[in-house]
Amino acid sequence: MIRTLLILLTFSSSAFGQLIKIGELNSYKVFPAFLEPYKKGMELAVEEINAAGGKIELLTRDDGGTPGDAVRVAEELISRERVNLLMGTFASNVGLAVSNLAAQRKVLFLASEPLTDKIVWENGNRYTFRLRPSTYMQVAMLVPEAAKLKKKRWAIVYPNYEYGQSAAASFKKLLTQAQPGVEFVGEQAPALGKIDAGAVVQALADAKPDAIFSALFAADLQKFVREGNTRGLFHKTSVFNLLAGEPEYLDTLKDETPDGWWVTGYPWSEINTPEHRRFRDAYQKRWNDYPRQGSVVGYTAVYAAAEAARKAKSADTEKLVAALKGLQMATPFGAIQWRAIDNQSTMGAYVGQLAKKDGKGVMVNWRYADGAKFQPADEEIRKLRKE
Amino acid sequence: MSSSAVLLQFLNGLAGASSLFLVAAGLSLIFGVSRIVNFAHGSLYMLGMYVAVWLASRIGFWAAVPLAALAVAALGAGIELLLLRRIYRAPELLQLLATFALVLIIRDFALWAWGPEDLLGPRAPGFAGAVEIAGRGFPQYDLLLIVLGPLVFGALHLALTRTRWGVLVRAATQDREMAGALGVNQRWLFTGVFAIGAALAGLGGALAIPREPASLAVDLALISDAFVVVVVGGLGSIPGAFVAAVLIGVIKAFCIGLGYSKATLVAEFVVMAAVLVLRPWGLLGRPQGEVRGTWIEIPLGRISRRGAIAIGLLVLLLAALPSLPDQYALVLATEMLVFALFAASLHLLMGAGGMASFGHAAYFGVGAYAAALIFLKLHWSTGSSLFAGWGASALAAAIFGWFCVRLSGVYLAMLTLAFAQIVWSTVFQWDAVTGGSNGLVGIWPDAWLASRAAYYYLVLMVCGYAIFVLWRMAHTPFGYALRASRDSPVRASALGINVRATQWEAFIIAGSTAGVAGALFAFSKGSISPETLSVQRSVDGLVMVLLGGVHTLTGPVWGAVAFTWLQDTMARSVEYWRAGIGAAILVLVFARWRFSA
Repeated sequence: MIRTLLILLTFSSSAFGQLIKIGELNSYKVFPAFLEPYKKGMELAVEEINAAGGKIELLTRDDGGTPGDAVRVAEELISRERVNLLMGTFASNVGLAVSNLAAQRKVLFLASEPLTDKIVWENGNRYTFRLRPSTYMQVAMLVPEAAKLKKKRWAIVYPNYEYGQSAAASFKKLLTQAQPGVEFVGEQAPALGKIDAGAVVQALADAKPDAIFSALFAADLQKFVREGNTRGLFHKTSVFNLLAGEPEYLDTLKDETPDGWWVTGYPWSEINTPEHRRFRDAYQKRWNDYPRQGSVVGYTAVYAAAEAARKAKSADTEKLVAALKGLQMATPFGAIQWRAIDNQSTMGAYVGQLAKKDGKGVMVNWRYADGAKFQPADEEIRKLRKE
Repeated sequence: MSSSAVLLQFLNGLAGASSLFLVAAGLSLIFGVSRIVNFAHGSLYMLGMYVAVWLASRIGFWAAVPLAALAVAALGAGIELLLLRRIYRAPELLQLLATFALVLIIRDFALWAWGPEDLLGPRAPGFAGAVEIAGRGFPQYDLLLIVLGPLVFGALHLALTRTRWGVLVRAATQDREMAGALGVNQRWLFTGVFAIGAALAGLGGALAIPREPASLAVDLALISDAFVVVVVGGLGSIPGAFVAAVLIGVIKAFCIGLGYSKATLVAEFVVMAAVLVLRPWGLLGRPQGEVRGTWIEIPLGRISRRGAIAIGLLVLLLAALPSLPDQYALVLATEMLVFALFAASLHLLMGAGGMASFGHAAYFGVGAYAAALIFLKLHWSTGSSLFAGWGASALAAAIFGWFCVRLSGVYLAMLTLAFAQIVWSTVFQWDAVTGGSNGLVGIWPDAWLASRAAYYYLVLMVCGYAIFVLWRMAHTPFGYALRASRDSPVRASALGINVRATQWEAFIIAGSTAGVAGALFAFSKGSISPETLSVQRSVDGLVMVLLGGVHTLTGPVWGAVAFTWLQDTMARSVEYWRAGIGAAILVLVFARWRFSA
């Protein structure tokens, strides 16, 4: 199945005959570490598709990182550039603002990066589709491993905004379901990007947890890891950290990489499935650099748009929406499907443990967690989407 | 908390305070002497970090620290010589605009030079491990910082009280013109002070690299902390900055230790608001000496006949805009009008009122949120929701303004900032009502206003009328009373003007008008989130007003239009667009100053 799709993808030259204009907007100067590789991924996909006889035009815009500016930029793409669909955004609030605009203007919006559950559930709408596994899904991928350890006392640390809050809430709910009687003994919610790591590590240690769940990333994660290493917080406690295995965040830790943490991420050098190898080789050849998580997301998002246009045989919004619902496609991570029920793709993430190798952080004992398997019941989703 | 936990959190607080002190001391020193609110101080700290990380991998950590501080000092001297020196005599706050432009340029420079990824520096050799205190590991390096902070403080204090240079600095802080009249070479004094302030920022940054990675978001995160410390301690007071840094560092550590980590978002601003209300010049500050003769205010002129005709024509042109085929022009024009109103309302405070507000976004945001909530939860019509936004922001301005008019100058500005941050963090955390960090969505105008053109006409009418009223106000009895209160509070009261009441009234009018702009903004975007009332929005407002000219009637409106257009165009066409905006602002600052001088 995957093979055939892949062959289709690579060799059928007339497959992408439909001209499609993608209007992409993202916070390139606010989150450059993630978004520069993302942009490279997109460009690679456009080149591949057009070389195979497709007609894809990609316009990228900087959305300034604020919802207000993003809405203006999206309006420009819709009304002046007359793009067939919108794509992109990073932070949750920006993603939700653009999704809200897309519903108002009746334009397809392919939200590639934002993780918030709300974009496909509470605030979900017919025109918004999301590629990456949501906060809920990534938490759900870690919970089985967490429950296996049978640790009783858990402490939680997360950046104080929607992503962190909903990660913490989902983790508490899912772990309590999987392991009744578990206790949550401490909770720290430092402001995003402003963690006072010494004090936070100290307060966590004072709570005497058996294990810690963390949703920290980027600079907060680095500060937390270094302080925790120095103060010996991680000696006897197991740690679960969302996203910490993504090269964007992991590579900055270098010799500070803590051993044995359970994380979600992307072990790019070790995934040797044919579809991933093909992607990695092409990416390295084109950019002379290794792919990051963002590269895969950008690459896949463009392919999703192209696949939708091919299936719809049209660039009309309503036809694209209908085509994307339930669409199956190949990605570097394997086959995924765009769920008809909530417009969420089943793209998964890799779950594994951190380890140090030659002074660098790597993921070991990893496996692919298929996004299709980490979803709440359909009934629950219907209730949230109010459809 | 156990007693050992208390001790350790106290030490954590002290370690954090040390690095904060270094930055704040430099900022305070620069402000004391040159009266420049150096917005780029956080950027200098960030550069210190990047340079130190970069050097540390080549020549080792301990050699990198002083070199990084020196490099940043040299840059500081360069900035003073090439940029700031030329605009000391410019109207107040134009320097602030120049340093803001530097923030944009320096950040993009760092992105270009060191790439997008955060750079985690090495541990400090010799201080890499932990010592055991009360049965727990405590980083050796943090102990070093705890010692270093007071050492630097002592050295600075000695330099200021025991050397000739220190005497001159203190003299200039107290009375700049008098020091100049006595033959002190102010030029070199200013350059020297700026270089030392920059060196302290660079040193602070370099010393921070074993604790946190160099990242591009450091500059703005740090500058607001440093402002708070400087203001709480008292502007220009180094001992004050030290006390305030320790106070805030320790309070934050205990917020975390006691399990109220969410409070760290706002703790420092609550402290600042409380201090300013109770001790208007900070803990150890003194009332500022008056700066004489820098700028002579020319009374505001009325709009000339020719100007009025031009504006009338412009309005006609704007009314015809929807006939253009390009629908995006409407979107952009709507945004320009909203920000023109926002800037005009801020200008009433800053220009006629003489009260610079660093927190004007609070009223913009309160108006936006109030209108949105009434619309979403109570299902009022769009028009009634706009009125609700107006009312809510008037109320907020009445409450905050009542405290603010009791202060003046930078202290007043900082109190407005504190209130704005308190409102921001309330909105940010109050999930159930405000939707937290995600904000609210689905705020689209009623069906008859839903098209771009219809909504544009609404905005054109409301903003046009409100701006017209604000302009008129400058030449009403209220406007004259307000300007009299600004120019000479003593004479104004002697004439029977209730100075505080007049200023308070100005606050309420300005705040409520900003609220209308905010409510219009919310309906034009369909969604709002806490960034609507963030510091960034307040700074944007300041930039618009300063760009157009504080001492003109119509300037801020043009400033808003130019700034919005610049952002829109630059972001689309230039790779390093923030630096592009920064450069454009610098050019405008110099052009404006030259032109008006």
